[in-house]
Amino acid sequence: MTFFRTHRTAVTVIAFVLTYVVVKLLSVLPLVNGGPLLNGYYIQLIALAGINIVMTVSLGMVNGFTGQFSIGHAGFMAVGAYTSAMITTVWLHTSVTNPWVGYPVFILAILAGGLLAAAAGYLVGTPSLRLKGDYLAIVTLSANELIRTVIRVTNALGGPRGLGGIPKFTNLEVVFVFTIVSVVLMRNYLFSSHGRSMKAVRDSEIAAEATGINTTKQKVFVFVFSAFFAGVSGGVFAHLLQFIHPDNFSFVKSLEYLIYLYVGGSTSISGAIVGPAVFTVLPELMRALQQWRMVIYPLILVLTMIFRTEGIMGAREFRFILIPQRQRKEVSA
Amino acid sequence: MGQFLQQLINGIQIGSIYALIALGYTMVYGIVRLINFAHADIFMVGAYMGFFLAPVMARVFGGAFIPTIIAAMLITGLLGFIMEKLAYRPLRYKSRLSALITALGVSLFLENFCALPFVFTPAFRKFPDLIVARNIPIPGNLGLNISNVLLLDVGVSVILMVLLFWFVNKTLIGKQMRAVAFDKPTASLMGINIDVVISTAFIVGPALAGAGGILYGTTYGMLASPFLGIWPGLKAFIAAVLGGIGNIPGAVLGAYIMGISEAFATSVNSNLGYGIAFAILIGILLVRPSGLLGKFMPEKV
Repeated sequence: MTFFRTHRTAVTVIAFVLTYVVVKLLSVLPLVNGGPLLNGYYIQLIALAGINIVMTVSLGMVNGFTGQFSIGHAGFMAVGAYTSAMITTVWLHTSVTNPWVGYPVFILAILAGGLLAAAAGYLVGTPSLRLKGDYLAIVTLSANELIRTVIRVTNALGGPRGLGGIPKFTNLEVVFVFTIVSVVLMRNYLFSSHGRSMKAVRDSEIAAEATGINTTKQKVFVFVFSAFFAGVSGGVFAHLLQFIHPDNFSFVKSLEYLIYLYVGGSTSISGAIVGPAVFTVLPELMRALQQWRMVIYPLILVLTMIFRTEGIMGAREFRFILIPQRQRKEVSA
Repeated sequence: MGQFLQQLINGIQIGSIYALIALGYTMVYGIVRLINFAHADIFMVGAYMGFFLAPVMARVFGGAFIPTIIAAMLITGLLGFIMEKLAYRPLRYKSRLSALITALGVSLFLENFCALPFVFTPAFRKFPDLIVARNIPIPGNLGLNISNVLLLDVGVSVILMVLLFWFVNKTLIGKQMRAVAFDKPTASLMGINIDVVISTAFIVGPALAGAGGILYGTTYGMLASPFLGIWPGLKAFIAAVLGGIGNIPGAVLGAYIMGISEAFATSVNSNLGYGIAFAILIGILLVRPSGLLGKFMPEKV
């Protein structure tokens, strides 16, 4: 069992792979009336939950761990979604019928989307991270809406008509690999010395500066890093839905991620996994309630906040997320 | 020249409606430091109250406008009071962000609850004519188009703003509000009942938004759906931040800047009209990080 205590990255990967195997089995084995329990609709939902998890964990890096208040994450998602969709659909005309060409292009395209989103994050973050608290929130929100406006007026991007005919490269496997890689990367970053600097900035910016942390650099870097993952998620999202519209990425979408994050628990990676997983699936489980569904959903949200203010997970982590004890000692020795 | 003046006048008209909504955002923020996202939906409820109450008021009082606007303000004020009691009070001494998420939840709740078939329904509605729209002839041939609705919008919002300034600056509760906004613990030590002050802010702000809703309905003549509050609410909120959130004259100034710039940009391109607000906001906040009239408070060690 020492392996599980010393190789936590492997354990995190194993946990995700087990989840994948369970989901895949449920979608293949004939369990209900000769058909699988999870039909294509539920698979789509689980894929969306995976994308939402990456979005929420990356938002949590800025909001929960660095203590900056960003509510414009969907804007970076839009940058990634449009960049990757333009590359695969409009410029290179790839299709799923030829996966040996399609997938490498798809992977490069979503990475390019991520990089462009990171560049947008740098442009937004550098001047605006001087602002504090609610003012920073408003600037990020405005940046989100500005990005959306630019997309709406740019005819080459489809403008207000949206961009359709995107090949469906995203399937369950892609989402799982993408989620595992992103979460592990962000987890390792958060537990590195950079991660500790971030938490220092959050807890007291002045004290952090006094201990020699370049707070501005730290904040901008985290912002860019998080925008990168938002961009990649956007690319995966675009190739899942096959149609993107600027209104998919309005500030309402950003607020959704904010809800997932704070309901899950903002200072915990586990919380940023549980929040979107529960709150993406929950509205669908309430389909039977029909129009009452979207009335009860916000009520659950408000009641969660009143009775469990710190979010579902609070600041706690699942065991498989934590960094092994042995490595910690080596760092401090 | 005529075109320029026309856009300026249109901008002042939109700005007046934004100002009424922005005042509620800024008052609540000044006192409890909460971005009340549900404020936009209270504005929507105000507009729908106009739709449902106007025929009744016209039958009871003969005239529709003044009784309707007063009734809508009373109802939205009550709604704000209940909202604070049920949703925000339990979170008052907890983290500010959980209160913000709660505000988002309340906003979603109001929108979706009002869209239920036996409440307001999601259908498009024609707003009743509270006054007979008439164009006012302007001497000279500038081609200006000024209606009595425009004068009504500007007039009502100016009257309400003057009343609010009087309320905040001259009455006892208004002074208490300013004291609480300045320093909550000290105000409480001076014997000010914080609960009463916060409740008042949550009554007055929503009441102004309710009046704004009636003016919105009268101006545009229609109510699209119970989700109509989101964008005017966002614009008004941006206006409040632009002027320096927590600052009452700032909110009015910001609202007029927003309305006028929007009118000019919309005359070029409607998408540009939508986006200009955000560009202006980012530009101003980068130069003045606390808004136009806000005080900059450096962090103390």
